[in-house]
Amino acid sequence: MNDGPAIPLLAIRDLTVEFKTRGGVVEALHGIGFDVYKGETVGVVGESGSGKSVTAYTVMGILDRAGRATKGSAVFGGFEMIGARESDLRELRGREASMIFQSPRTALNPIRTVGKQIEDVLLQHTTVRRAEVREKAIDLLRQVRILRPEARYHAYPFELSGGMCQRVMIAIALACEPALLIADEPTTGLDVTTQKATMDLVQELASARNMAAILITHDLGLAARYCQRIVVMQNGDIVEAAPTAQLFLNPQHAYTKKLIKATPRPDSQLADLSELPEAAEVLAAARPVAAMAPVPVSVPGVDSPPLLEVRDLVKEYPLHGQGNGQSALLGRAMRLLRPNATPPPASFRAVDGISFSVHAGESVGLVGESGCGKSTTSSMVTRLLDPTAGTILFDGIDIGAIPAGRFARHPLRAAIQMVFQDPTESLNPRFSAFDAIAEPLRRLGPALDRAALAARIGELAEQVGLPPHLLTRFPHQLSGGQKARVGIARAIALRPKLLILDEPTSALDVSVQAVVLLLLDRLRREMGMTYMFVSHDLNVVRLLCDRVIVMNEGRIVETGPSAELLANPKEDYTRTLIEAIPHFEPGAAPAQRAVVSA
Amino acid sequence: MTVVGTPQQRSETALAAWSRHFRYVVSENPVTLFAFALFILLVLLAILGPAVAPYDPLASDTRNALQAPSLAHWFGTDNLGRDVFSRVIVATRLDFIIAGSAVALSFVLGSVLGCVSGYYGGWADRIIGRFVDTIMAFPLFVLAMGIVAALGNTVENIVYATAIINLPFYTRVARAEVNVRRRAGFVDAAKLAGNSDIRLLACHLYPNILPPMMVQISLNLGWAILNAAGLSFIGLGVRPPAPEWGIMVAEGATFIVSGEWWLALFPGAALMLAVFCFNLLGDGLRDLIDPQRRT
Repeated sequence: MNDGPAIPLLAIRDLTVEFKTRGGVVEALHGIGFDVYKGETVGVVGESGSGKSVTAYTVMGILDRAGRATKGSAVFGGFEMIGARESDLRELRGREASMIFQSPRTALNPIRTVGKQIEDVLLQHTTVRRAEVREKAIDLLRQVRILRPEARYHAYPFELSGGMCQRVMIAIALACEPALLIADEPTTGLDVTTQKATMDLVQELASARNMAAILITHDLGLAARYCQRIVVMQNGDIVEAAPTAQLFLNPQHAYTKKLIKATPRPDSQLADLSELPEAAEVLAAARPVAAMAPVPVSVPGVDSPPLLEVRDLVKEYPLHGQGNGQSALLGRAMRLLRPNATPPPASFRAVDGISFSVHAGESVGLVGESGCGKSTTSSMVTRLLDPTAGTILFDGIDIGAIPAGRFARHPLRAAIQMVFQDPTESLNPRFSAFDAIAEPLRRLGPALDRAALAARIGELAEQVGLPPHLLTRFPHQLSGGQKARVGIARAIALRPKLLILDEPTSALDVSVQAVVLLLLDRLRREMGMTYMFVSHDLNVVRLLCDRVIVMNEGRIVETGPSAELLANPKEDYTRTLIEAIPHFEPGAAPAQRAVVSA
Repeated sequence: MTVVGTPQQRSETALAAWSRHFRYVVSENPVTLFAFALFILLVLLAILGPAVAPYDPLASDTRNALQAPSLAHWFGTDNLGRDVFSRVIVATRLDFIIAGSAVALSFVLGSVLGCVSGYYGGWADRIIGRFVDTIMAFPLFVLAMGIVAALGNTVENIVYATAIINLPFYTRVARAEVNVRRRAGFVDAAKLAGNSDIRLLACHLYPNILPPMMVQISLNLGWAILNAAGLSFIGLGVRPPAPEWGIMVAEGATFIVSGEWWLALFPGAALMLAVFCFNLLGDGLRDLIDPQRRT
């Protein structure tokens, strides 16, 4: 394309990686190859298991022992990385090529201050003198825009937020001015606004240094915003590699097209997702089951009494590190003696007097960044957590007054169920899928004999599109999407009136997410359930919800019909949230930072 | 309607899967294979003891006293002419019973205390935690001696004493393991399914902490055998002429100076082998019981 320097900074050719597993040798990469030139950002996009992280790990020589590069080469600045001596690689890592990882908190050493950790890298790889190293470390903290860097120098990772930890990781990665930065899902688990701030920072620092960067991500929108070129991977193969605009406007490979389709955009509808090949099975399974559960779909209206009404809900947590156990005891004794006295201010309001109502048949989104109180609110509504004050009326009954410990045996327990955020963590590792789905039926359902129970579970599995032969499997033998289906089947087993969805798709790949969203939408219409959808992803919320409640710092910022609210947000906070969502905008592709050749 | 499979079919395949898993764990690690083989041998000796022993372990034959190991008496004979080989074999049962019941007791009690402490936290945790710390504050063997001396010099009391001094380890492991899982998603899910706290602890949380507990059991069994033998060595608990490794070492010790080394060596070696076996068994047991390892 361009007649720039023909020598790439990193040239990967025919790279093949094998993993030794219990089931034999598995090839994770099937001879892939791509180039990265100085000054450009290349996105490596793919779903889990596509081999995008394995590629990065192989190049950096940090593949775990079960994996081995059997073929191919990765030449970095004229140096062959594959099969290089560990001592040479160690020299290169950190100094010439560095990496930032998915979870910054676990990648940082928890018992060393962040300043010391930056110094470690500087002392290891540069000629900086001991007397100056501290100054240099503080300067790096300043460069990654950490406020009060002198004070933060002494902070431990647990004292910093996730976004700040990632900034420290970036400072460590850039400490030696490397020529190549590999970012492996650098913003997974961060809020959209933090994600934007972090990625903007990486982009700015990289272009100031004319550095090459590889952004590994599952999020096409993120890659579109920050990369000049995108490499799409699937099952260890590169299916397509093209400049960003070309990839989006004219995708060649079927898989790329599918990924683009499955990624929610500001204007996409649920119907768009249903054009996916996987969606067909979800919709196909719909008809016969629908006949078995003929619940009329009630049109959400303001006239009907609300199914759920929350009034002035407050949740306070005592602040730790302010006084010892003795004074807490004393405080409790004082409150017993004088119940009307104002409680000591040593508490943090996670939810600060919110009120809202949800009507039967409605689907309401609860949106906000982490720490805004949305999860606390949903935990209180599901009665897993006791509120400090306020009422939660469900069908006119104040369930907020029933202690969480006793609600487990309450008749209304079956009416409020939940789908959890992490499908892996929310399934008991020792329960098979069958037992996981059977659990609520055995505890709260009508008494069923063995055959009837098996029949009911078969029916539920069919309803959520889980192949029956998977029912005997344990969670670790199921894929993410299958585990999500088990979680949904378990939640709907008792035909609840209100289903709380706590970011049910955030741990899933986009194509699986699309299928799960369609499934949830179909189930709602079939079973006449009411949804409360808790999420930080406004694009996803818009697909599934009629109405959105935006929360920030424990309070409700804005509420309104989802389409309207997303199109014309009234509050600045909502606008910031919406603008931070990365997506492909034709014509707004990132400026070509340097010479790029395809 | 979809047929999920009758319970019989499922349990059959579960058994088959389990045995396949066992074979895999064993073949993956030869040390585990060795430890399991040794364990099975020791258990067989404990069960069949008197039946396989060539001589009556209690029959004295003073004409043949203090004979060195020979083809007739593999491990030689003691000062009363009893066959050391037979006594070592027969002693396996008593030592295993003492260690096994002590470990079972402390495992059950420690699991309950640890689960309550880890799950509820707060005052329950503080009281149980300090109680366990108090036990740990004593030199454990001296505490065991004290308990046996106070309760009376019987085999049951050795079991109780060994159980008490092992209790803290189980309580701590159970507490820590329950504590980290207390807020896990599957626990919340179990609450949504209508499980009461006790049910949740017993049916959902407890099975998940079994793998680390198994390692603890295995290490502890070896230690408990050593402890029981140690107590009998100083004359507590088991009394002569009952064959028991600790007593046999104690009785044989006096003859070492006069050159009759086999009296103390063979029961001592048996003791060592048993402890060695249990220590090696730990990792294998964990791999076996952890569903994540199954494929």
